[in-house]
Amino acid sequence: MPAVSKGDGMRGLAVFISDIRNCKSKEAEIKRINKELANIRSKFKGDKALDGYSKKKYVCKLLFIFLLGHDIDFGHMEAVNLLSSNKYTEKQIGYLFISVLVNSNSDLIRLINNAIKNDLSSRNPTFMNLALHCIANVGSREMAEAFAADIPRILVAGDTMDSVKQSAALCLLRLNRTSPDLVPMGEWTSRVVHLLNDQHLGVVTAATSLITTLAQKNPEEFKTSVSLAVARLSRIVTSASTDLQDYTYYFVPAPWLSVKLLRLLQCYPPPEDAAIRGRLSECLETILNKAQEPPKSKKVQHSNAKNAVLFEAISLIIHHDSEPTLLVRACNQLGQFLQHRETNLRYLALESMCTLASSEFSHEAVKTHIETVINALKTERDVSVRQRAVDLLYAMCDRSNVQQIVAEMLNYLETADYSIREEIVLKVAILAEKYAVDYTWYVDTILNLIRIAGDYVSEEVWYRVIQIVINRDDVQGYAAKTVFEALQAPACHENLVKVGGYILGEFGNLIAGDPRSSPLVQFNLLHSKFHLCSVPSRALLLSTYIKFINLFPEVKGTIQEVLRSDSQLRNADVELQQRAVEYLRLSCIASTDILATVLEEMPPFPERESSILAKLKRKKGPGMVPDIEEGRKDKNVNGGMEPISTNATTKSTPSPSTDLLSLGSSPALSSAPPSSSAGGLLVDVFTENHAPAAPGVPMGPVADDNFSRFVCKNNGVLFENQLVQIGLKSEFRQNLGRMYIFFGNKTSTQFLNFSSSVICQDSLKTQLSIHIKPADPTVDGGAQLQQILNIECVSDFVEAPVLSIQFRYGGTLQNIAVKLPITLNKFFQPTEMTSQDFFQRWKQLSSPQQEVQKIFKAKHSMDTEVTKAKIIGFGVALLDRVDPNPSNFVGAGVIHTKTTQVGCLLRLEPNTQAQVGGPERVLACALACARCRAVPSPNASLSPSLFTDVPSHTTDKQGHCIAAAL
Amino acid sequence: MKMRFLLLFSRQGKLRLQKWFTPLVERERKKVVRDMTLMVLGRPPRSCNFLHWKDLKVVYKRYASLYFCCGLDDKDNELLALEVLHRYVELLDKYFGNVCELDIIFNFEKAYFILDEFLMGGEVQETSKVTVAKSIEASDMLQETMEEYMSKPAF
Repeated sequence: MPAVSKGDGMRGLAVFISDIRNCKSKEAEIKRINKELANIRSKFKGDKALDGYSKKKYVCKLLFIFLLGHDIDFGHMEAVNLLSSNKYTEKQIGYLFISVLVNSNSDLIRLINNAIKNDLSSRNPTFMNLALHCIANVGSREMAEAFAADIPRILVAGDTMDSVKQSAALCLLRLNRTSPDLVPMGEWTSRVVHLLNDQHLGVVTAATSLITTLAQKNPEEFKTSVSLAVARLSRIVTSASTDLQDYTYYFVPAPWLSVKLLRLLQCYPPPEDAAIRGRLSECLETILNKAQEPPKSKKVQHSNAKNAVLFEAISLIIHHDSEPTLLVRACNQLGQFLQHRETNLRYLALESMCTLASSEFSHEAVKTHIETVINALKTERDVSVRQRAVDLLYAMCDRSNVQQIVAEMLNYLETADYSIREEIVLKVAILAEKYAVDYTWYVDTILNLIRIAGDYVSEEVWYRVIQIVINRDDVQGYAAKTVFEALQAPACHENLVKVGGYILGEFGNLIAGDPRSSPLVQFNLLHSKFHLCSVPSRALLLSTYIKFINLFPEVKGTIQEVLRSDSQLRNADVELQQRAVEYLRLSCIASTDILATVLEEMPPFPERESSILAKLKRKKGPGMVPDIEEGRKDKNVNGGMEPISTNATTKSTPSPSTDLLSLGSSPALSSAPPSSSAGGLLVDVFTENHAPAAPGVPMGPVADDNFSRFVCKNNGVLFENQLVQIGLKSEFRQNLGRMYIFFGNKTSTQFLNFSSSVICQDSLKTQLSIHIKPADPTVDGGAQLQQILNIECVSDFVEAPVLSIQFRYGGTLQNIAVKLPITLNKFFQPTEMTSQDFFQRWKQLSSPQQEVQKIFKAKHSMDTEVTKAKIIGFGVALLDRVDPNPSNFVGAGVIHTKTTQVGCLLRLEPNTQAQVGGPERVLACALACARCRAVPSPNASLSPSLFTDVPSHTTDKQGHCIAAAL
Repeated sequence: MKMRFLLLFSRQGKLRLQKWFTPLVERERKKVVRDMTLMVLGRPPRSCNFLHWKDLKVVYKRYASLYFCCGLDDKDNELLALEVLHRYVELLDKYFGNVCELDIIFNFEKAYFILDEFLMGGEVQETSKVTVAKSIEASDMLQETMEEYMSKPAF
């Protein structure tokens, strides 16, 4: 028997454990356990009342047996009895048993709750802690109901011991996670926030966790925590390593608290108050600087703790996405880690860089590391590191490097671990499509994918290549030639046969002129693969054959013979048999004209989100796929099928040909869009019920936290709470705009009755015309739903429309209203002009209604490059060397509305003298506008005669906008 | 830090301690345990300490014959989780004095108590080693002496 180091070991328990360990076989173990269970049962049932120690020992034995993996169906009552013991050790074992083996038996829960209640009111801190731990460990709804009201009181009471406060804070956090509706907020909010100022760092640590969770749900209510958190953080990062005594961990001051504070700050946008903002920037810079200092210890714990804080600081910098210098610095430090000898750091650097790659400020900086990342893909021994390298390559990919990245991924695919092949295939397919400059390259890439990893090429991938080939006639001949050549290989993957069959059936005629690929050769080649294929592929090939009969009358006889053979006409598979019979009849009785109509080339597919992307998102969950476009300006992303989409609906008349080629299991090929008529109806019914409420005042508060960030940019996250993330991607041209709204379900539960609408208040209705396509009424857990808005600016406007969404989540109806960042400046077209022109016009626009001037304090220090970027983002042309004063900025543009065009000139005059020494500068910004009366062409240059008659509210709004953006 | 679970298992895959910070039914728990032991034990030596599993981050570290393994939320800080594991080992070490797997087997209830002093609901409750050790020490004062222990029946 091993020695028990100290304390109260239970001798009987130790003997029992040692017996179990000595069991030579599983059977012996079970035998020993059954013997023990019988013993305990008889003790519990016996007439003699057990003393506390025995009860504790037996309960503990039962717990041990349970933890070994055996079921325990008695002893709960004895454990509950232990709770009311006065002996600490007995109480403790009782609580442990309850925590591990909680039973939903309601009688028992009432008894347990009673015991907890007693301990909570005992004023004995050790007992109170045990009770709080039990509540947190069990966390059931019944317990939340019983105690959710008491715990906040314990937490904020003046006389509560520190250790109890800590337990109470985390216990409350746990209850808030499981039953948020039961945890009352409000009256004690500010007192909880002030725990951030507590003397005891342990209390602050626990409270920060609680506040972070609460702030995620109710940012507004906990807003005051920002300044306190920054102050606290600042004190920690500037403290010497010995200042915080035991809260210093391997020479790193309070790493846990630092990380929690940085996490709390990630619930909020950058602080508005310049002083707090400055202080936070200093903190972040200090953290970045300290990471560069030589280590104070060689222990890995030191470097881990230090870098944990660094990575969290980088997360915050990325979250704020507003300080280019910090972002680039972060990127450089991560770059150093990419070649660090610690595998963990390489892994984390790759992971963090993925998010950096999606910021427009640091995307280019991330791209400079491409060679290192490719090298990691080739040389890392650890698959999880290689996986991160694949993710990063995917995130950093754009048109400039797509060929290199795709080539490397294909290379890697040949030897990649099976576990990640499918994901790589999806990623390659997405990148190849998204950034293809040359569609022949795209076709080659996908065929390569099938060749290298055919088994991992899912249906979505090959559906997509077909959709693209069908929608782009410049690539059809090449595609036909390439698949024909690929099919020559003696062993080719079934997916290739499917793609080949489909493409040759549509476009085989484009290569039929070459005797090497004459109709008969094409047919024989495909038919040679027929017998090796599965039923769905054979069905597809049969459709190809009937298409051949239409394309090539000369092979009609040969094909009819094949269709007529017993193996087709009498095939055991109903689908194959039916196709053979019907196609044969069709080819016999239909005239050439009818055949040509029925078997017409497939109409172009309507534009929709790539089904592959959707699949990748489903596979990895919404958070895991860095949206390559989100937040990054990339107007050249392939619009894919955009030009054709408009006539697609008219062309897809219900001709039988669409039906012929759609297989039973091919959702992507069926021409019905995801929201089928039934789905659409559901949405309609829903909007009918709720729409009447909408045109009035939108329900609940309208969120506009991120609104101003969009004044100068078009992409990013508009809104985020616990459940949903709303991202935007938009483009505007002249008076038209298109906005893609992405609703990400962050939970693992489906949203039901999802509906969204855009509300234009009052006069906005006539000024802005917005069309929204109905969305699916359900959003799966972890999935993303895309909705498209088409926007037309009819005349100038001031207010912004409101996006209102509703859905049912876990039984409760959620309403969210967010201001949509459609502002008048989106309809700017930049206009270049010379200095002379500019000032001539500027002077002409001098009447009070033609001019608006604002003087305001800049919120951030003025960086020339940032300001330039903002002005360009605002929509006007930035006119370089136009203003005689080099520190001024001037811009010009024309606002396009349906009814009119308005020329605008803008001048921004930073006044650095106004407050020397402080970070704030005073800026003056003037905007002068004129409505263009005569417009010869949409791109008419501004001529001075046009500048007359100004709508003053337009200019005023623009003045506000630019002030907000700077 | 939002830890979902913490598992201690041996090189042979024997589970020595399990702590669940989010409610899971028994069947799901068993699946997590199986997946974790398979995944972690199958890793070659000197691999990195982090993995992705479903939508969770998994952080693990081996101390002598025992693997400490925890599941984190997607946005959590892996390095710090590694140090949570280390701090827990330090606390066990301080309590048992040169802790080994056997200590945890024979005093599993103590291992749970120590964990409870340190973590609650998956969050770090107290990071000060001195404070945690003090409160464990204090609760031990409430317990019996070795003499009392030896006089207890051995069944």
